[in-house]
Amino acid sequence: MRIELKVNGMLRTIEVEPRTTLLDCLRDVLDLKGAHAGCEHGVCGACTVLFDGVAVRACLMFAAQAAGSEITTVEGITPGPGELSPIQDAFCETHGTQCGYCTPAMVLVAHALLADNPAPTREEIVEAISGNICRCTGYAQIVEAIALAAEHMRGVNRPPSLTK
Amino acid sequence: MSATGHHRYVSADLRVREDRRFVAGKGNFVADIELPNMKHVAVVTCPHAAARIKAIDKRAALAMPGVHYVLDGAELAAATLPLMTGLDTPNVPRRPLAFETARYSGEWVAAVVADTRALAEDAAEAIEIDYEALPFVLDAEQALEKGGPLVHEAHGSNVLLDKTFVWGEVEKDFAASPRKLSLRVKWGRSSTVPIETFGVVASWDPWREMLDVHASIQMPRYADQIGVALKIPTTSVRVHYDVDVGGSYGVKRGIKHTVLCGYLTRRLGFPVRLIEDRLENMRGGDAHGPERLFDVEVAFDDQGIVRSMKMRALENVGAYAGRSPFQLGKPIGAIVGPYKINSVEYRAIAVVTNKTTQDAVRGFGQGPTNLALERCMDEIANVLGLDPLEVRQRNLIRHDEFPYLIPSGTTYDSGNYETVIGKVLADTGYDELKAERDRLRGEGKLAGIGIAACLEPSGGNATFEALLNPAITTSTFMDSCRINIDGLGAITATMHTTSSGQGHETLLGTVIGEVLQVDPEIVRVTRPDSLNSLPSGTPVGSRMAIMLGGAAYHAAHKLKDKLTAIGAHDLGIPLARALYKDGTVSDREAPQNKRSWAELVQIAYRNYHRMPEGFEPGLSVEHVYQVPTGGTLPTKDGRVQMYPCFSFEFHLLLIAIDPDLGTPEIVRYRLGHDCGTQINPKIVRGMTMGGIAHGIGAALFEEFAYNDDGQLIAQTFMDYLLPSSHEVPAVDIVDHETPSPYTVLGQKGSGESGYLGAPAAIANAINDAIRPLGIAINTLPIKVSKLGDLIAEASSKKGN
Repeated sequence: MRIELKVNGMLRTIEVEPRTTLLDCLRDVLDLKGAHAGCEHGVCGACTVLFDGVAVRACLMFAAQAAGSEITTVEGITPGPGELSPIQDAFCETHGTQCGYCTPAMVLVAHALLADNPAPTREEIVEAISGNICRCTGYAQIVEAIALAAEHMRGVNRPPSLTK
Repeated sequence: MSATGHHRYVSADLRVREDRRFVAGKGNFVADIELPNMKHVAVVTCPHAAARIKAIDKRAALAMPGVHYVLDGAELAAATLPLMTGLDTPNVPRRPLAFETARYSGEWVAAVVADTRALAEDAAEAIEIDYEALPFVLDAEQALEKGGPLVHEAHGSNVLLDKTFVWGEVEKDFAASPRKLSLRVKWGRSSTVPIETFGVVASWDPWREMLDVHASIQMPRYADQIGVALKIPTTSVRVHYDVDVGGSYGVKRGIKHTVLCGYLTRRLGFPVRLIEDRLENMRGGDAHGPERLFDVEVAFDDQGIVRSMKMRALENVGAYAGRSPFQLGKPIGAIVGPYKINSVEYRAIAVVTNKTTQDAVRGFGQGPTNLALERCMDEIANVLGLDPLEVRQRNLIRHDEFPYLIPSGTTYDSGNYETVIGKVLADTGYDELKAERDRLRGEGKLAGIGIAACLEPSGGNATFEALLNPAITTSTFMDSCRINIDGLGAITATMHTTSSGQGHETLLGTVIGEVLQVDPEIVRVTRPDSLNSLPSGTPVGSRMAIMLGGAAYHAAHKLKDKLTAIGAHDLGIPLARALYKDGTVSDREAPQNKRSWAELVQIAYRNYHRMPEGFEPGLSVEHVYQVPTGGTLPTKDGRVQMYPCFSFEFHLLLIAIDPDLGTPEIVRYRLGHDCGTQINPKIVRGMTMGGIAHGIGAALFEEFAYNDDGQLIAQTFMDYLLPSSHEVPAVDIVDHETPSPYTVLGQKGSGESGYLGAPAAIANAINDAIRPLGIAINTLPIKVSKLGDLIAEASSKKGN
């Protein structure tokens, strides 16, 4: 079937089988490899993308269900080739990644969290990433990355008089 | 540069260069690799715990659109050799697809090749297989009994390995000890379960006779084993090491997947790809971990001083050998943990059962052994009415006793256990922790303190292979680095294996930057394919900081020496007068006379007339590094030097258990950790925290559980539970650095840290919490349901 998907701000018309998941569509049809398959039953969260700004599992929905909505992948929040967003940079600063497989999803979850809540507590960060399994890090440096990103982003565009 | 000296980049808080690509989703994972005309593989699995394969009807599947081939075990077995196991058990052959008999539920029986993975899965469902169900055995102790079902009939028993070692005067020490205690401890079947499943893309070029392999692999001798099994020269196998592996921690050893795909691409003439789905991974990926039953006896005195230990370890390896039997061997190198135990008897038994095959798991058996030992230490304290910390402190090897030879023949390099423990207690306060436990108890909770003092053998001297199988004479364990400074002065270093999150590119940059005194960021790190590689033992046995770091260090020194010699020669001064500093060579006696990096490169590449006599042009060096303290085989009485380095971890935690639900909550967690010089503190911390999280899983949640029919019932992430951010508490890590005298920078390994002690500490805390109810639990995982039932039963008895 032919569907129209708006991915990372671009409207794309593509041909997919009705049973094609959004994850397979992003990876195989649109060549956006940042979303990863981990369990394909909605537990690990490695396939997380933003669906109208909300973090969802791309393995649990069909591509056709995403028609008419805004899909954002990690490619969409990366500012440019070789350039990192403040959240991505914070993950590098705290080493909030090891093998990198769950990482794009973690970055997207952080993105969704900080869009709503610029100053999350540790508990709020832990809650936000609790649907995403990381097997490498034990989460500590991911939590720190998100807290650091929040701090940096709060500092951006502040009037100098309010910046310590 | 001394191991204890001041470093410029080593131990500095540097970023990990690999992270940049990962945070942008630009890793190069195997599932991201697409080759032209590539087809997809799905497998058909056996639904029985054991069955004879009577007939396979492929017709319906082959008639489906987009389906290219259906492969069965008979065709594959005729064309390939069984997979290597390392044991002399020729009647226990392991093959990618079951041949004649399937031996566990989920074992691969046939493979389908189709245009897409979805079509391959559709066709897999259309294959009809006629099975005759056979008797089966699941339990290791039952597998030992005579007259029961045999997993491999031709082998004559279910025992793959049964070896007893006696190191020292065990019986004499037991007779001389006033106190004895025995304990049965069980480590449940769990594994590392990376979020990326195993995957492989294989492509055969018949015109070049070349098999190109891209895989999510972490495994020694992978290319060799592919060549042997497929009966092609290893020069026709090209493994691409520039694939990012999405987590492994030991298990990414998809040799059977690779041989299967290697055969298919050679048979069919186009590239094939097999990416396990989660079900294939958990059931038939052959990536389970230890399931080990310990019977331990310890002999000690009234002060809690342990004189001797008898340990029997029975491993349920699953249906085929895999690497599992050898996982009984590695713990021999640290069999007494951090304690001065005078003599040890160790019996290692590996049996086959009708469960999924195991492979190497983080620590290679050390975690289970540490659990057994640390549970004993707590029970000794309990029977003597002593504090468990005090009992440990009385038995610890002291700092001034290193290097320390343990009964099984390994010398521990260095340690300062008492200081690490002291640092942990200095901040936490043991009495305060006990007061908090008692306060929680006063509030009606069950609360307990858990301690574990454990070692992480590191460096990867795997002479346990020779110890368990005398036909093996391997005493060489190596890693390598090649460094090239090009004609414009830029530096490239190579490593010769894959990585799965350990930051090896950062390791190389840091070590080379340190030696050459240049910014690590300018050192490009590449991974040639297997045909262009120097030897590597791959990231197993917590070895890469020691081994790849050691190879890079020596290679960099060779380069530095060459640059210095070129500079001295061009300055016309004796070598001893030349000083290398920050890439420039100068005359110590006249520092204004110097040759810059650019000039040295100019001489090496373009001014042969200025080169010292006998020197090769250019600036390329390599170093193949043998494991420190290695190179010996076991003695006749079963003693051998294994791993060179021993990191230490001291876990101290407080757990509160809801008495009605049985839910354990880790209230405090403090870890003392000593892995010698930390080359990159961010990486060490990440490894350690990840290890603790993994250990929490093994202790409380994760189990490949089977039902009585031999069906794996934990085969999704909904029933095999990996710890989420909610289950992993904040951990306060206290670092201490006792350098190893045997490594180039004093570094030890940290790839298994946390995991090797967390399960023991958690088990001890839970037992401390439930001891007032008169109960104990010595089987992992301690699931909430099990704990809750046990507490309820004990409470009702107490109430009556």
